[in-house]
Amino acid sequence: MLIRHPNDIAPSEITPPEIYRERRRFMQDVGALAAGAVLGISPVAEAGTKLAGVRASAYRLDEDRTPYKDVTTYNNFYEFGTGKGDPSENAGSLKTRPWTVAVEGEVANPRTYDIDALLKLAPLEERVYRMRCVEGWSMVIPWVGFPLNELIRRAAPTGNARYVEFVTLNDPEQMPGLRRRILNWPYLEGLRLDEAMHPLAILAVGLYGEVLPNQNGAPIRLVVPWKYGFKSAKSIVKIRFVEKPPVTTWMAAAPREYGFYSNVNPEVDHPRWSQAKERRIGELSKRDTLMFNGYGAQVAQLYRGMDLQKFF
Amino acid sequence: MPVALRTLKAGVFLVCLLPLARLVYLGVAGGLGANPIEFVTRSTGTWALAGLMVTLSVTPLRRLTGLAGLIRYRRMLGLFAFFYACLHFVAYVWLDQFFDPAAIARDIVKRPFVTVGFAAFILLVPLAATSSHAMMRRLGRRWQQLHRLIYLIALLGVVHYLWLVKKDLTEPLIYGGVLALLLALRLPYCGKRFVQAGSSAMQRRP
Repeated sequence: MLIRHPNDIAPSEITPPEIYRERRRFMQDVGALAAGAVLGISPVAEAGTKLAGVRASAYRLDEDRTPYKDVTTYNNFYEFGTGKGDPSENAGSLKTRPWTVAVEGEVANPRTYDIDALLKLAPLEERVYRMRCVEGWSMVIPWVGFPLNELIRRAAPTGNARYVEFVTLNDPEQMPGLRRRILNWPYLEGLRLDEAMHPLAILAVGLYGEVLPNQNGAPIRLVVPWKYGFKSAKSIVKIRFVEKPPVTTWMAAAPREYGFYSNVNPEVDHPRWSQAKERRIGELSKRDTLMFNGYGAQVAQLYRGMDLQKFF
Repeated sequence: MPVALRTLKAGVFLVCLLPLARLVYLGVAGGLGANPIEFVTRSTGTWALAGLMVTLSVTPLRRLTGLAGLIRYRRMLGLFAFFYACLHFVAYVWLDQFFDPAAIARDIVKRPFVTVGFAAFILLVPLAATSSHAMMRRLGRRWQQLHRLIYLIALLGVVHYLWLVKKDLTEPLIYGGVLALLLALRLPYCGKRFVQAGSSAMQRRP
């Protein structure tokens, strides 16, 4: 992986937005400002609104970014349907304000954060990460967020906290996909505490410099770039510190196919398909999948001495 | 063949080309989405399976309605199922695997869903090859025996679909249900009841 040093170029300059999006955003801004002036509210919550004060970070990639349209229309978010286009079509019913995230369990400082307080918890930075789906496709996404460890440090886990569990919103009114029991709702994910503390793991609140679209997990989601995409839980309402490894939703659904770790690993196949290669969205031929999705230099030490065939 | 029938047959032929026309249109218009290769592979596979189901429904429909002429469409429908299966196979070999024989061989041996899909495709080839009148005459009774393979092929097609889906089995199960119904209608008892129901429904017509 190529990591460049941080520089002082604003993210907006790194990512020249396409003209149609510029135009659309202008219209949205005008509309939001007008509505805000009338109602006396800030227009920050709307997807597509530019996030202020986003810093560039050391985490950049020398790879083409997946176009905004593909990142926001080709999604797995079963709470809004199992088709790839379902989330972008159905996620309009998700209300991201008011929104709270409860931090609880084995911590000295349990607290329920209002989303707007979370947005100010730590400086927002842009992280351009590879995203590898367990289905064999991948993207490069410029996320906006802050390290998960910023939140964990404030929560001050006790000695009993060994794992962190993430809980997604479970409201069938807002999420039509929940009306069918395709998975055990609510969607649960988990990390080992040391994985969660790793500087690569972030809580994302935006992409392409803008507020996260609902279909991408608004208002706040996990991004763990060295693991398969489903580990990065979306629309999080609860972060719980626990002693025992959580049984995640996909582990419960198919224990033979999805393990707790689910690190990207070209040598460990999914029981039904190979993980050796992937199709980068927008490319024709497949590329080789990289160990830990190309983040081995940073994260391999977390798994030293572990049999990754066994702990898949 | 009367002109009216010929026109009707041409119409069915054109309808069978619609799924392909849609793909071409979407391809030109840039409407295949973020993962066009997956879209094309899925779409051609879906229509191959749907084609098999339509072909298998000709005989029960003929019995139900008493319209013997429906049999004239069966060969064409079967060949269209084969046509979409070919497109599906080409999409896999070319677009998905880029003609990598080692990767394809590995896939066929290691991935059960590819194994059954490949088997279904291979079994379709002799049926397509013996679909002509001349072959029908030459093979005589063995023609029918050979063409009973379509039951197995359709079953393999449904299993192929079931095994590739990550979690939501709804769609493959719908195909499975349709196939189960179409096969049940061929059982002597069910078939008889079905025909009776059909003919009494016909008689009740004013």
